[in-house]
Amino acid sequence: MEEYAVEVNDLHVGYRITKRLSIKNLMKGREKPKTFEALKGVSFSVKKGAIVGVIGKNGSGKSTLLRTMAGIFAPDMGTIDLKGQTVSLLSIGVGFQNEMSGRENIILSGMLLGFSEQEMRERMDSIIEFAELGEFIDMPVRTYSSGMHSKLAFSITASLETDLILIDEVLSVGDAKFKKKSYRKMKELISNKDRTVMIVSHSLGSVQKLCDSLLWLNDGQVMMQGDAKEVIKHYMEFMDINESEKDM
Amino acid sequence: MRFFQDIAKYRKYSIYAMKAELKSEVANSYLNWVWWILHPLGMMLVYVFVAEIVFQRSEPYFPVFVFSGQTVWTFFNRSLKQGVNIIRKKKSIITKVYVPKHVLMIQLLLVNLFKMMISFGIVAVLFMAYSVPLSWKILESIPIVSSAIIFTFGISLIALHAGVYIDDLSNVLDIILRFLFYFTGIFYSVETRVPAPFNKILLNVNPMAFFIHSLRNCVLYDTGVNWLLLLIWLGIGIIFIVIGANLIYKHENDYVKVI
Repeated sequence: MEEYAVEVNDLHVGYRITKRLSIKNLMKGREKPKTFEALKGVSFSVKKGAIVGVIGKNGSGKSTLLRTMAGIFAPDMGTIDLKGQTVSLLSIGVGFQNEMSGRENIILSGMLLGFSEQEMRERMDSIIEFAELGEFIDMPVRTYSSGMHSKLAFSITASLETDLILIDEVLSVGDAKFKKKSYRKMKELISNKDRTVMIVSHSLGSVQKLCDSLLWLNDGQVMMQGDAKEVIKHYMEFMDINESEKDM
Repeated sequence: MRFFQDIAKYRKYSIYAMKAELKSEVANSYLNWVWWILHPLGMMLVYVFVAEIVFQRSEPYFPVFVFSGQTVWTFFNRSLKQGVNIIRKKKSIITKVYVPKHVLMIQLLLVNLFKMMISFGIVAVLFMAYSVPLSWKILESIPIVSSAIIFTFGISLIALHAGVYIDDLSNVLDIILRFLFYFTGIFYSVETRVPAPFNKILLNVNPMAFFIHSLRNCVLYDTGVNWLLLLIWLGIGIIFIVIGANLIYKHENDYVKVI
């Protein structure tokens, strides 16, 4: 029997649209909140050590899925079973406190994911080196360019080595050199057979290179799951794009 | 209880985050930590000026009187104001990783607590400067200040929750707090300056006025504290914490979807 790292069953997640109130709204009487369902009954499972790409057009629920798996949202219905594994979410502009220095943010992000201050100090040098931030590491994060921001975020998550890594659209971080480096690092992370990885990306080319299988979401529902080549073929037909436009 | 488990689990994070936040405040301003002393001193001077020169009213040991009240008030005022906006302010974190939301509030309280301690340090210096007679009664300030902290925590937790859903709460709160400020007697004595029977009523129904009045009584004027009332306000503070914690646990997953 295959060992599964992730089992998601009939997952529903909705956003309440008019939930935010102001005094004016209170006077008018409360409108009944509209709900927008981002995920409508998504079920799938991922084998331990697998690398799964998640594709789909904008607004199809990819990021919501990853965030729900990371425990940031609670599902409205359905279950997510991560088999007690540690999980980290890597996405653009990872949770930094803007007024604090990069160094402090490294420790704080690690501590929030359950690592101790000591463990983070041990990783500090390699993170700083990988992020190529130089002296900026002791400056407040708000002074960083968006590229530096993402590079630091990537380096932190990449060094944390959680059992399950969720990556949201960050394959194209930084300049060409860093991109190559992070791609290699990602490969290295991925090649560890105990680690399960899920990647959201619009770049079909890199998804095809990196992933064993793909999960295609459309309007909050699973359209297809399976072999990368197969899924991409159907996806491209569906989206009406051709081979040369794959990486756009 | 999950509430305490979470606090214990994120204990180290809260403390580290507090230090980092204080450090960043220091690093980003020109006079850095001197502000922690200058700010309360400056505020005190303003109040003393308004009361003594403009209104020609004073109390025994007036600067100490003002400073002790202002120290507790500032803690309450800051915590509540920042508490309302904290979820939005920490958006970048809570949309990326799960953190129990009351831990963020504790982190904020710790920062304000640290500043309050500095402020109390200045009070101690003023004590010596004005040679206020000391007695063992000064120890009674510990339960009073602790109750004020617990009460502040409770009400801030509720503000944290409400602030997520109600956009303009911080505007409303601004006005309420300003109003409350003048009814708390920071730069005048509620007991002697407000006509009876309103002074007693005010001291009983306004928790901050009560805490500050009791504190001054025990450290400055050597008079008694209404322990029963203190216990009642402490109880209300704890009830607020329970309500706030329940609200937060029930809704915290929706916060991310709203902000």
